[in-house]
Amino acid sequence: MNTSILEEQRKVPRTLSARALSQVKNNGALWAFFLLLLINILITPNFLQIQTLYVNLTQVATVAIVAIGMTLVIASGGIDLSVGALMALAGTIAPMIFLSDFAASSPALGLFLAIVVAISAAGLAGLFNGYLISVYKIQPIIATLILFISGRGIAQVLTNGELQTFDNPSFEFIGTGRIFGIPVQAIITMVLALSIAWVLKRSIYGRFLLAVGGNEKAAELAGVPAKKVKMITYMVCGLLAGIAGLITTAINSASDANQTGQLMELDAISAAIVGGVLLTGGKAPILGAVLGAAIIQLVGYTLLANGVHDAVAMVAKAIIIIVAVYLQQVKGAK
Amino acid sequence: MTNVDSIDVPNADHKPAQRNEPEVVLSMQGIHKRFAGVPALTNAKLELKAGEVHAIIGQNGAGKSTLIKVLNGAYKLDEGEIHFMGEAVSYASPHHAQMAGISTIFQEVNLIAYRSVTENICLGHEPKRFGMVDWRKAHAHARETLARFGLELDVERPLGSFNIAIQQLVAIARAVALDAKVVIMDEPTSSLDEKEKEVLFRVIKELQASGVAILYVSHHLDELFQICDQITVMRDGQTVDQRPIGAMNKLDMVAAMLGRDPEEIAKGGATNFASTGSSSDEVLLSIEHLKGAAGLKDVSFNLHKSEILGLAGLLGAGRSEVARAIFGLDHDLKSGKMTLSGKEVDFNHPIRAIEAGFGFCSEDRKEDGIIPQLSVRENLTLVLLPRIAKYGLIDEEKERQLVEDFIHRLGIKTASMEQPISQLSGGNQQKVLLARWLVTHPNILILDEPTRGIDVGAKGEIQALIRRLADDGLTVLMISSEFEELVEGADRVIVLQDGHSIQELANEQLTENAIMKAIAQ
Repeated sequence: MNTSILEEQRKVPRTLSARALSQVKNNGALWAFFLLLLINILITPNFLQIQTLYVNLTQVATVAIVAIGMTLVIASGGIDLSVGALMALAGTIAPMIFLSDFAASSPALGLFLAIVVAISAAGLAGLFNGYLISVYKIQPIIATLILFISGRGIAQVLTNGELQTFDNPSFEFIGTGRIFGIPVQAIITMVLALSIAWVLKRSIYGRFLLAVGGNEKAAELAGVPAKKVKMITYMVCGLLAGIAGLITTAINSASDANQTGQLMELDAISAAIVGGVLLTGGKAPILGAVLGAAIIQLVGYTLLANGVHDAVAMVAKAIIIIVAVYLQQVKGAK
Repeated sequence: MTNVDSIDVPNADHKPAQRNEPEVVLSMQGIHKRFAGVPALTNAKLELKAGEVHAIIGQNGAGKSTLIKVLNGAYKLDEGEIHFMGEAVSYASPHHAQMAGISTIFQEVNLIAYRSVTENICLGHEPKRFGMVDWRKAHAHARETLARFGLELDVERPLGSFNIAIQQLVAIARAVALDAKVVIMDEPTSSLDEKEKEVLFRVIKELQASGVAILYVSHHLDELFQICDQITVMRDGQTVDQRPIGAMNKLDMVAAMLGRDPEEIAKGGATNFASTGSSSDEVLLSIEHLKGAAGLKDVSFNLHKSEILGLAGLLGAGRSEVARAIFGLDHDLKSGKMTLSGKEVDFNHPIRAIEAGFGFCSEDRKEDGIIPQLSVRENLTLVLLPRIAKYGLIDEEKERQLVEDFIHRLGIKTASMEQPISQLSGGNQQKVLLARWLVTHPNILILDEPTRGIDVGAKGEIQALIRRLADDGLTVLMISSEFEELVEGADRVIVLQDGHSIQELANEQLTENAIMKAIAQ
């Protein structure tokens, strides 16, 4: 074999800018995103206003956060249908705590507990999913269907199905606040995305996750604790859904167990797919998931802002998914 | 159907006299194909005549599989021309090729296991009646097709309920049902026993007699003399030789594949082992009355320190099951006693076995060996990972160094360590998997068919490597279907039969005949 060719191959772009450039070249999703921006700048009235950015950031944050968790789960070779229900669960538990008599006497601790307990509950529910899937070998789609149905039910039982409204500026901060003019939930999203992407790239867990998703039997034989890896993955997905649930509740200043996170599982799966996750497992593009969420959001916004009916926007979302899956297949066939 | 006797089969010994030369059904000319810049095929060519069995031989990575995949549309060729039945063709997928008359029977049978035999044979061209599948006609058609090969099956049973040999024959039957002019067989005998092989060869002769051209890829050179007419030799992506089988002996073939002088090879042994007897009598691992999954009934043996112990037996004798049980797989089904350096052990997960210093290269690279989406680097360090990490974070610098080192030491051919392992040839994948364990410095390495499905050159390298490792103190438990490999490579051999360990062979008792005799008992 020709050594000079081998040498040449080794010269993967080393500098950061060169690497970034080659990634843009190979990333259809990024192209689509820029194209959408351009179209909007040209046709959508008042697109280049800070208010537009705020509206979009606010709406995309929760989908992006859940899509990150979904990407991890899909990379492990599974799926999680319960994320919307877990959002409702966390969104219900938090106000129950900070509206309690205990929180009235010590508000700071009350708020802290409200956030921690609510997110932990969602994480525990995720762990339950992971347990069913890894220990009892139940198909992920069935296992997570259990909480998809019952999670929202539990949330409704907790509040007797009633709407909890509140006026708690400290809690609402995570939904409506801004730091240096940037919406807090956008900051939370980016911090989560970057830190999880970093952990995936650098940690044993990240490598094990891709190995389990790519070939579970081989991973197990190589000493990868596949069950543990899966349980952690579903737990993280649950935790992220919990965070998204709190943000949604904070934005609305009210918690509605019937509405919080409705259809979120589908949006998150769509965003993850548009972001480039392989449904066969083994690849987990976290920043891709955020980008996927942004694209779907932007398409919806474009249509809405130009007076297209909401129902049409849903069809447009479906078309994006078809295109994303098609591109994935074309790439895979090469 | 054509009468068997009325067709002349091209043969090296006699020229087809009264008839015209058989027509060329397929010709490939000037085929070029590159992967990530690395040439896989360079100016390859092939000519296939009706009614001939044409073998392609070559080392792993020589381009045999790539040539087949370019032909059947799995890969797009970069340059070159393919003519089939006189027309220039190019297929979008193996399915398109199959519908056009070029069927591929893959190493792993790619049919639908939970569907009936009939459905598998008729899939995509079911007889219809009023727009619905006419099942009675379909079953009859399936039975008829199988009967041509002397097979009588319950065609309504799911295909998965039959053994691999039958499944393979069904795959061939499907090809015939689709009126194939060319049938490609990629390592068809790799999971067949002697009797099943005979049936397959009979079927091949039957196909040949009816004018079908067969492209036959195999690493088992002995087989070729039984069924092939023409041999094409590939090396480094080029077709280096094409001759009638009568003009070649086994040594010529090996020499052509390696690009070496036949006489030079004749001097050395047929395998690269040449036992040096590094083993000691110190018992490292003792297995007593091991019982477990799928036909593992009662196996006992001792593994001595730094020896190569072979496990022989027919398919289904329980060889792989022994390995899996030792390594902590299928734990819920296991019973028996295992003693490691005087201490009783029982692993309930491979993690425990790895901690105790074991390594296990499994039999089926695709099934439970490689992680196809991951790179060579990521595959190579999978087992080692926890040891080169701190607080759960991987030491990437160290990882790269180790990978580079092992790529170099084992001579792994890859464009870079970041190339997906699925793009490597079988022999190079196997080396990566070996490196996956060697990098952890195991005390005991279990190798299940370490040279299966890889070419002569890589095979020799791997055999030599195993011997070197044993000389350096590694203890090896080696499972192999090739008696020659066991006789030359192992210090001792345990013969398994029907889930029992029935005999131990060592020293001058250890011959191929003795193994065969023990198995045949």
